[in-house]
Amino acid sequence: MISKKDVHHIAHLARLALTPEEEDRFVGELSSILGFVEALNEADTEGIVPMTGGTTLENVMRDDAVVDTVLEGKREQLLSAAPERREGWVKAKKVFD
Amino acid sequence: MDITALTLSAAAQGIRERAFSISDLVGAYLDAIAEKDGAIHAYLDVFEDAREAALEADKKIAVAHPLDIETLPPLFGMPIAVKDNILVEGKQATAGSKILEHYTASYDATAIRKLKEQGAIVLGKTNMDDSAMGSSTEYSAFGPTKNPHDLTRVPGGSSGGSAAAVAAGMAIASLGSDTGGSIRQPAAFCGVVGMKPTYGAISRHGLIAMASSMDVIGPLAKTITDAEMLFSAIAGPDAFDATASPVKHSMFDKDMKRLRIGIPKEYFGAGLDAEVEKAVRGTIQKAEKAGAQVEEITLPHAHLALPAYYIIVPSEVSANLARLDGQRYGHHAAYADTLYDVYARSRDEGFGIEVKRRIMLGAYALSAGYYDAYYLKAQKVRRLIADDFIKVFERVDIIAGPTTPAPAFPLGSRSNSPLEMYLADIYTVAVNLAGLPALSMPAGTSATGLPIGLQLIAPRHADKKLFDIAKRIESLV
Repeated sequence: MISKKDVHHIAHLARLALTPEEEDRFVGELSSILGFVEALNEADTEGIVPMTGGTTLENVMRDDAVVDTVLEGKREQLLSAAPERREGWVKAKKVFD
Repeated sequence: MDITALTLSAAAQGIRERAFSISDLVGAYLDAIAEKDGAIHAYLDVFEDAREAALEADKKIAVAHPLDIETLPPLFGMPIAVKDNILVEGKQATAGSKILEHYTASYDATAIRKLKEQGAIVLGKTNMDDSAMGSSTEYSAFGPTKNPHDLTRVPGGSSGGSAAAVAAGMAIASLGSDTGGSIRQPAAFCGVVGMKPTYGAISRHGLIAMASSMDVIGPLAKTITDAEMLFSAIAGPDAFDATASPVKHSMFDKDMKRLRIGIPKEYFGAGLDAEVEKAVRGTIQKAEKAGAQVEEITLPHAHLALPAYYIIVPSEVSANLARLDGQRYGHHAAYADTLYDVYARSRDEGFGIEVKRRIMLGAYALSAGYYDAYYLKAQKVRRLIADDFIKVFERVDIIAGPTTPAPAFPLGSRSNSPLEMYLADIYTVAVNLAGLPALSMPAGTSATGLPIGLQLIAPRHADKKLFDIAKRIESLV
């Protein structure tokens, strides 16, 4: 149902540099899972409103107030989580040629 | 006396009566971890600084007036284990994944902040399937957890470490997370109580997101009362999570004769282990003998829960885990020349196989041309599944059935077959799709001594009523 070409394309969309072994593996596995979920087609969903989330709440409002007031050292904590940094910035590869 | 044998409520009482100190209690648990966890591997990180926190707490008690001791928060000094996808400031939060192996949390999850406000002491972080995807804890990047009742079997998952820690006397209670059964299924396999709250009953702030429309934090404990103590401490609205809702004052304080229990025929069909069926039916019969009205009910779309789940969850996963890009935090691939390579290689090296499988499946289901056929269709079926429950709860107070189709399976027996692994959650995923509260409680053991779990399911926001009814049934077992 899913070809190796499909797997390659999806891996690109998902930004996953899969190994050739992983690609082969997923051709079979994704096909069998998609075969399993085919059962959804048995259900008559004519006129059914899709359930798009888990909550029944609507338009929850709150005051636009600062909650966390102790921010000392937080900037350094967040920056130090980055693999590469320069001065106060996260360093990344160039985006444009 | 082995104080690790005490329940949470008994230990809380013991501290107030000064029968033992908080240092005694925390020390006993750390000693138990040192002694037993080499064989079980429930913990990824043990907090030795818990001893200092215990000493500080003891000082407060030493100088406290007797009246102040009575008004201490319920969880004061209680040693709690926390699943490693819930953030504790300054501590690791790997989510069981190589991609977050060296990640340190920069803030406390709301649930943790509330625990700390009560004076609870975090003992350590527990093992789990990579990014909370799995049903056995075998997908952990740091090695599997073993079932304390049989070291050749899995503890369930994904909160396998949290369940095993409580079952083995290595934590008085613990926090897990449940997106499709990840608290209830390991609770059943390990013979403890595990509760999945109503969606939104507990803030998700600081829970590493997997499928945001279903993720929920919940307690694992030795008794229903203990689980309720933990739930009550951490539930409620939160400015950091707009889906977090106030706890409703539902309760069941009526005579057992007015308890109406619904038994879904779809949960007792083919695939259910005979011993599990016998134990679960036996427990329900005890409730019936005590006066409860038991009737068979039907959830006509039950068989579509797993198929809908395995479209919706991977779709949300593929979107949610896009933030792990090797760029701002987490694993960063060496030798990547371009930004694209940083993303693609970091992610391929960092994610485990089940995570990649779900990202791929989700990216496919959401991709151009397939969205209506898979994701939209699954969301419509999700509505049908949720409506099945709403209809049933017009007639019954609670739904009862097995938590899992069989007791804990042997290590290695399913880890290479994704669909077989998914079937371990066949009775638990519908509850997450519908957003309902549910729990698993011990209902006996198999002939070989493996625990069996009874699952109780209640209407949305009836978490307190669920605990009330579970306590009645617990007293009969």
